[in-house]
Amino acid sequence: MQMVILATIPGIVVQTWLFGWGTLINLMIACITALLSEAAILAIRRRAVGFFLKDYSALLTAVLLGVALPPVVPWWVTVTAVAFAIIFAKQLYGGLGNNPFNPAMVGYAIVLVSFPVPMSQWLGVQSMISAGETLSFLQSLQAIFHHLPVIDSYTMATPLDGFKHKDLLDTQTAFSSIAALQVPSLNGWLWVNLAYLVGGLALIWLRIITWHTPAALLGALLVMSGVFHLIDPTDTATPFFHLTTGAAMFGAFFIATDPVSSCTSNRGKLIYGAGIGILIYIIRSWGGYPDGVAFGVLLMNFAAPLIDYYTQPRTYGHKKAKSGLKVGEDN
Amino acid sequence: MQTASIFSFHGGIHPAENKAQSLQLPLGRPSLPSELILPLGQHIGQSSRPLVKVGDSVLKGDAIAINNGFLSSFLHAPTSGTVSAIEERLIAHPSGLSDLCIILTPDGKDTWTTLEPLNNWQDISKTDVLAYLSEMGIIGMGGAGFPTQVKLQGAHKNPLTHFIINAAECEPYITADDMLIREKTLELVLGIEILQHLVEAENVVIGIEDNKPTAIAALKTVLTQRNSNIQVAVVPTKYPSGGEKQLIQLLTGKEVPSGQYPADIGILCQNVGTCVAVHDAIKLGRPLISRFTTLTGDALNASQNVEVLLGTPISHLLDYADANPNALHRLIMGGPMMGYTIDSPLVPIVKTSNCILAASKKELPTPAPEQACIRCGMCEQACPASLLPQQLLWFSKSQEFEKAEHHNLFDCIECGACSYVCPSSIPLVQYYRHTKSSIREAREANVKSDLAKQRFEARKARQDAEAAEKEAKRLARQKAAPSKTTDAKKATPAKAAPAVAEPASDDSKKLKVDIAIGKSKLKKLQKQLLEAQEKEHVEDINSLQLQVSDQEKTVASLEAQLANVAQAAPAAEATPAPANDELKKAKIDVALIGVKLKKLQKQLDESPDDQELKDKVAGFEADLKAAQAILATLGASAPVASAPKAAANDDLKKLKIDAAIAKAAVKKVEKALKKAEEINAPEIDAIRQQLQDAQQRADELEKALANPEAATQTAETTTAKAESVADSANADAAKKRKIDLAIAKAGIKKAEKNIQLLKDQGKDESEINASEWPKKLIEAQEKLATLESEQPTPATAKTETKAVPAEAQAAADMDLATQIKKEKIAVALAKAQINKLNKRLENSPEDTNSIRQEIDAAEKRLQSAEALLEKLIHSQTNMQENR
Repeated sequence: MQMVILATIPGIVVQTWLFGWGTLINLMIACITALLSEAAILAIRRRAVGFFLKDYSALLTAVLLGVALPPVVPWWVTVTAVAFAIIFAKQLYGGLGNNPFNPAMVGYAIVLVSFPVPMSQWLGVQSMISAGETLSFLQSLQAIFHHLPVIDSYTMATPLDGFKHKDLLDTQTAFSSIAALQVPSLNGWLWVNLAYLVGGLALIWLRIITWHTPAALLGALLVMSGVFHLIDPTDTATPFFHLTTGAAMFGAFFIATDPVSSCTSNRGKLIYGAGIGILIYIIRSWGGYPDGVAFGVLLMNFAAPLIDYYTQPRTYGHKKAKSGLKVGEDN
Repeated sequence: MQTASIFSFHGGIHPAENKAQSLQLPLGRPSLPSELILPLGQHIGQSSRPLVKVGDSVLKGDAIAINNGFLSSFLHAPTSGTVSAIEERLIAHPSGLSDLCIILTPDGKDTWTTLEPLNNWQDISKTDVLAYLSEMGIIGMGGAGFPTQVKLQGAHKNPLTHFIINAAECEPYITADDMLIREKTLELVLGIEILQHLVEAENVVIGIEDNKPTAIAALKTVLTQRNSNIQVAVVPTKYPSGGEKQLIQLLTGKEVPSGQYPADIGILCQNVGTCVAVHDAIKLGRPLISRFTTLTGDALNASQNVEVLLGTPISHLLDYADANPNALHRLIMGGPMMGYTIDSPLVPIVKTSNCILAASKKELPTPAPEQACIRCGMCEQACPASLLPQQLLWFSKSQEFEKAEHHNLFDCIECGACSYVCPSSIPLVQYYRHTKSSIREAREANVKSDLAKQRFEARKARQDAEAAEKEAKRLARQKAAPSKTTDAKKATPAKAAPAVAEPASDDSKKLKVDIAIGKSKLKKLQKQLLEAQEKEHVEDINSLQLQVSDQEKTVASLEAQLANVAQAAPAAEATPAPANDELKKAKIDVALIGVKLKKLQKQLDESPDDQELKDKVAGFEADLKAAQAILATLGASAPVASAPKAAANDDLKKLKIDAAIAKAAVKKVEKALKKAEEINAPEIDAIRQQLQDAQQRADELEKALANPEAATQTAETTTAKAESVADSANADAAKKRKIDLAIAKAGIKKAEKNIQLLKDQGKDESEINASEWPKKLIEAQEKLATLESEQPTPATAKTETKAVPAEAQAAADMDLATQIKKEKIAVALAKAQINKLNKRLENSPEDTNSIRQEIDAAEKRLQSAEALLEKLIHSQTNMQENR
């Protein structure tokens, strides 16, 4: 799990470069909250606190949440998300290895549903803001802890948000008129996604995750957006847009690959990943939220045990794989 | 020499090889230790039986223990010396168990016994060569220790496409096979050639990992010199390519179907060590008394391979390899992956010990504490059996055994690759082993409770049947007395018939239900047996086979009872219908003997050399003929002998039923014949014979059915003789008694069998005593005795018609029977006492001598009681014969 945390570094660096210090401040808040809540619950559950803190699982949840939340989100949003993720989504299910849902995404979904306004306040990419007006460290701190109204002038919709609210404009006009869909903003998010792609590929190369889930997820997203873009190019965005904005890469390599809550066999991972990819596209296109990684992952978490039962690999010496819940049937 | 194509298998790992350490020094030959410890159970199967007594002196190569049953092996003295003790010693076992060992104190001379090589192995029958290998104590030296002759016999099931010699040696650290190939290349090749002569496979392939270049080169040189067609397949180094199933997949691309043996797909695997042992046995006449073992680990200053005598204590070898006791952290028998920690260095080297790993703390640190499974799936990527270890762990922890089985837990080969890659340091294999044994235990408990239930039901049914029978007989006698005086008037029996017949038909109903239950149980058991056979659960197979045969017996006896009750009914109804009764009985006899004969023939097919079986079959055939002859004469006389119309009508019904049964039987046999023809089974002739018999019977019955009128008429004209009635009643009683006796005897056999089974399973005496079997045995013996003492009871019926002296005779019989019973109880008591003493002997070794004396005394008592019993039984049979 240390390796997964390390693999997020390129993404964190790019995010900090684009959105200012807020990302790092968020990360700090998240990590402290995670360690404290994990330690508290472990103590109440009478488990070896030090031993379990050393497995880095709480820290990983914190890091994933820290980079997923908007950079200048008020501190209590981060605290709520992380605490809920650790306490409810993980420890109350029995701790690491027993949680059916991805804790980071549970935390994210909770604050997304509960505090929609702060959760939509992404900063504009810094290069877009006129020179000399970049958010300093101090300003970021103030924004997070006091929620200065001045900050509003810096915030801006993400490209996905912008595209979501293009209303009746066709694709062409939307990309020429909406600020969030201009080249600097798009490039910013392209960089973020590329950074996470690099981190994710490193994880595959280090054999910490397998290629199945990310490939299936991105493949399904590509196919879905490709097919719908071919059908109606005037109202839908290109596959490239879908793969390089929002949390596409981050979700594919860092969220969907959480082993505890995902499918376990290779075939199962393919189905699981593809399901998330399809759900992301559906939520982005027709759902109420601009991005759908969190809900896609959570929905597929529900399906993971069932998929597992039907995707057992063929065991050595058996003609075909067993599947389903039927016990006692032999082949 | 050719090279073979290589396939691949799923998963696998690449642990650090650590093979170089033990290959620095040449092969070592340790000195004679002060004593050799030779466990009697060095192989899979039943432990050998010692052939020597304490104090005997033996020469090197003398057999000191003989095989004990089919799946067993011989054991030989590794050097000359004296047997100093036969006692329990610690053996190399994961749980640190003790086992009975022969302790040999070497005399230092190392004098060989006369060696008799099997020079004519190419000329004599293969069965004889296999028997010779068994006598030379050859077992699989790769790890499991499966007796080689049994494995080779199993290989004759199907024509072999591949004979694979396993030289992969994939476990880290171990180099014993590597060294063996280098040192004994020619012997190995000759051994392979002998085995190939025995199994006649299409391809002979040596599978060897590419990390043994020296051994590969040596092999290739010898094979080229000999212009051999043995292939060498060099496989990439990957653990566990030396696993039998994995090597088969690597070399043939085939998978051994789950629950089957390689022989089922025409493949045989042998370890290189076994091949060399076969060569030494046949060409040199040397039994298996030594082996190559790797001594390695950081705690040894002189890691090396040694050729070591079996029974050498590990401590002796550690001294030889200059062990550093301070550095020694863990002592492992086998490799680091599949080996197990041994607590004491006093355990001996056995035929399957391929490596002693004396590891330092740095080398094999105490495993890290287990963390939570995060289902990362690394184990799944490493599993060579394509299992889902993470799911199996989950089911093991939550004790969801059915799900674990559904996820093919029993296909796990326990290679440890999953535990090796687990980032959470979970000892996965331990979890699987535990779950497997829990499942096996649960299965055994199930079988046991089923057995108990069956026994209870059978007993109840039998008791009910007996009570009903007695009642029916009493009524029949009541009836018979007046009917005799009224000179067999037609009206009387007809009137009385319904009232009397009622209990009898009630009985038969009950019995029929019992039979149906029994048959369904039989079917269930047979299914279980089939499953067990498919899944290779050896222990289950044994007990299930026992149960199936028991259940068969139960059904047979129930059917016999039914027949009796059915007879009792007409007998009660109408006084004279004896001939038909006997006809029926004779038919049952024929059928029963036929069944037994069939079973025996089957056994005979499996082991054609068993003279005893042959004799038995011959005896049964003779019986069958005799019974058929009786049947024929009875069949002829039946219509003549039977009497009133009512009875005849009854007969008609019976005949119809019989005919239907016979027809069904014909159909069944025809079906079996068809199947047999399909698979070309050797029993085909026997089945054909059966078919003919069955058809004949059906024809006969139909003929009889065709002219029932005639039969009835003849019956009416014939007057039944009172004498014959009484006789038939006697015969009836005698028959029933015989069945009871048979049941009681079967009970004894069963109990004995079960006790034996328990012993075979390695349960100790106390557990056996705790189980109900010894009690059952005694009970059954008592029952038998009672039954035998009841002998005269049916004879009392005879006294009605026969002369008075019979009564005196009966009294004498009774005396004798009571005596026999008493003696039997005495025997049982003595046996129980001996058992108890043996147990005490185990528990308190300090007063061995006094207990031994007691045992001797008890044994003497037992012998005398047995002798007396024999005499008594003998005189009883004599009396019966004389009458």
